[in-house]
Amino acid sequence: MIEFSKPTLEYDLLWPLLLVFGVACAGVLVEAFLPRARRYLVQTVLALAGTAAALGGVIYVGVNLDDHGPARGEIVAMGALAVDGPTVFLWGLLLVITLAGILLFAERRLEGGVSAFAGQAAALPGTDAEREASTKGLDHTEVFPLMMFAVGGMMLFPASNDLLTLFVGLEVLSLPLYLLSGLARRRRLLSQEAALKYFLLGAFSSGFVIYGIALVYGYAGTMDFGGINEAIANSTGSRTMLLIGIGMISVGLLFKVGAVPFQSWTPDVYQGAPTQVTAFMAAATKVAAFGAMMRLFYVAFGSERWSWAPMLWVIAVLSMVVGAVLAIAQSDIKRMLAYSSITHTGFIITGLIGARSASDLAKGELSSTQAVLFYLVTYGLMTVGAFAIVTLVRDAGGEATHLSRWTGLGKQSPLVAGVFALFLLGFAGIPLTAGFVGKWAVFASAMSAGAWPVVVIAVLTSALAAFFYIRVIVLMYFYEPIGDGPAVTLPSFMTATAIGLGAVATVVLGVVPGPVLDLAAHAGEFIR
Amino acid sequence: MSTEPYIILSALLFTIGCVGVLVRRNAIVVFMCVELMLNASNLALVTFAKANGNLDGQIAAFFVMVVAAAEVVVGLAIIMTIFRTRRSASVDDASLLKY
Repeated sequence: MIEFSKPTLEYDLLWPLLLVFGVACAGVLVEAFLPRARRYLVQTVLALAGTAAALGGVIYVGVNLDDHGPARGEIVAMGALAVDGPTVFLWGLLLVITLAGILLFAERRLEGGVSAFAGQAAALPGTDAEREASTKGLDHTEVFPLMMFAVGGMMLFPASNDLLTLFVGLEVLSLPLYLLSGLARRRRLLSQEAALKYFLLGAFSSGFVIYGIALVYGYAGTMDFGGINEAIANSTGSRTMLLIGIGMISVGLLFKVGAVPFQSWTPDVYQGAPTQVTAFMAAATKVAAFGAMMRLFYVAFGSERWSWAPMLWVIAVLSMVVGAVLAIAQSDIKRMLAYSSITHTGFIITGLIGARSASDLAKGELSSTQAVLFYLVTYGLMTVGAFAIVTLVRDAGGEATHLSRWTGLGKQSPLVAGVFALFLLGFAGIPLTAGFVGKWAVFASAMSAGAWPVVVIAVLTSALAAFFYIRVIVLMYFYEPIGDGPAVTLPSFMTATAIGLGAVATVVLGVVPGPVLDLAAHAGEFIR
Repeated sequence: MSTEPYIILSALLFTIGCVGVLVRRNAIVVFMCVELMLNASNLALVTFAKANGNLDGQIAAFFVMVVAAAEVVVGLAIIMTIFRTRRSASVDDASLLKY
């Protein structure tokens, strides 16, 4: 007979996570009980206040982590979650990105008084019902609770310390994002198609994850990351099942971060989804998924490193090269940024393969965890800012995303073009921007682990990638506008704040990266 | 009781689902094939739970069922919308976004 013992939850460590889910549930209630006219304001304030409070909580938990033993962390919720330095760091980063995301979602000035989301998603495009919804100025304020559920899933994902929580976190973060991708107010066919593609491919990849989980569980006899590591270290039997399992789980995680060869959804979804959603999703999903990937590979499969490291070498090289080469051929700015994000995925994986045991590190040297954490900060904040700028360049049909519409932008609105150029230089990794320090950190970590072939290719790809970033800058500054030229719509303070956050981060992290690097170094390692 | 036949069955079901996703055109059928993959995993989880002598796998199977149900809600909503707009549920017709 199996004993049943009452589970315990460490509320003092988990309350930021629970608060985010609480805010999401409260948002659903607001939708159900408040009159339509008041929902927008209440939802925005609720989401902003909840996220800010959760961020405060994360900082509080982070400051007090030293009380939790020498490893500075604890395995909580009956072994389901691990709250340690990297978890708290990633939670903080996710919540900062979420704050910027909420501000973008709440922007109503660009569309003339309504948000960028469909007035009524159920009304067919081009019908009377849709026209009626838009003349009435209807809005889908459900996007806020959906976003908060996604954020909750994203916080759960990198904190999960067993395979089942990993799977649940993956699904909780994905399902709301599928829906959000399909809710654009303009170009609804593209948006719905993006949602369909994202959903079908996402569900397909999560099928692989769960089968992989079943195989790893069959091999190790436990779902717990620490237990799996022990089982791998102690076993002498056949590893076939384990290796197939690792491979299948990797498929799902690599799909989520958009690594080649699982990248095919990325450009379509980034282009079709409302740009605000793209901004949030591109930044936050990558942060959460890389956090989960690091914990899974370092903690659960740490002793099997020589099985997965070569696979990641190949994936890193493929992602960088394919992303950079295809980005050159793009004529749509969102699609180009999507391919650029695939390249960045490659760079982050380059940092991931620099994993070494703590005793091999020289004093003061960044471990690969810390390098990747820093890269995620720079990449996440720059991405939110860059996509936020894309929402500003508009013509009569909504956002003007074709690159030809961006020619001469520097003459029309020097400020917007200047900030966008800053983001592009940051993506390219030009010194004195955040992108440079991030790249330096991950390359250094991979180099010291002996992955020099990958680093050489990464440096060459950076040069190749600089070409298409600089091309947009040349287009904006050295060409005359075509026809009426681009028009920049003035945003309200909300989008401006999100862009400002990205721009400040790009400059500050490039010039004085010290404090954030220290913070990443202080985050330490994953606990076991 | 030998657990091997169950694992072989679950691998077969998973493969059928996987191939179905790749070759079928109707979004609903593609989606059903994904569900088949999830259920194949459930069978594997329960079998391994029996083989390992603990309950983790059986509990996981419950979670997978709940996740699959949530996925049906979201998935059918998306497929319905696109069907109403295009009058077709073929995944080949949705091809505005490419290259």
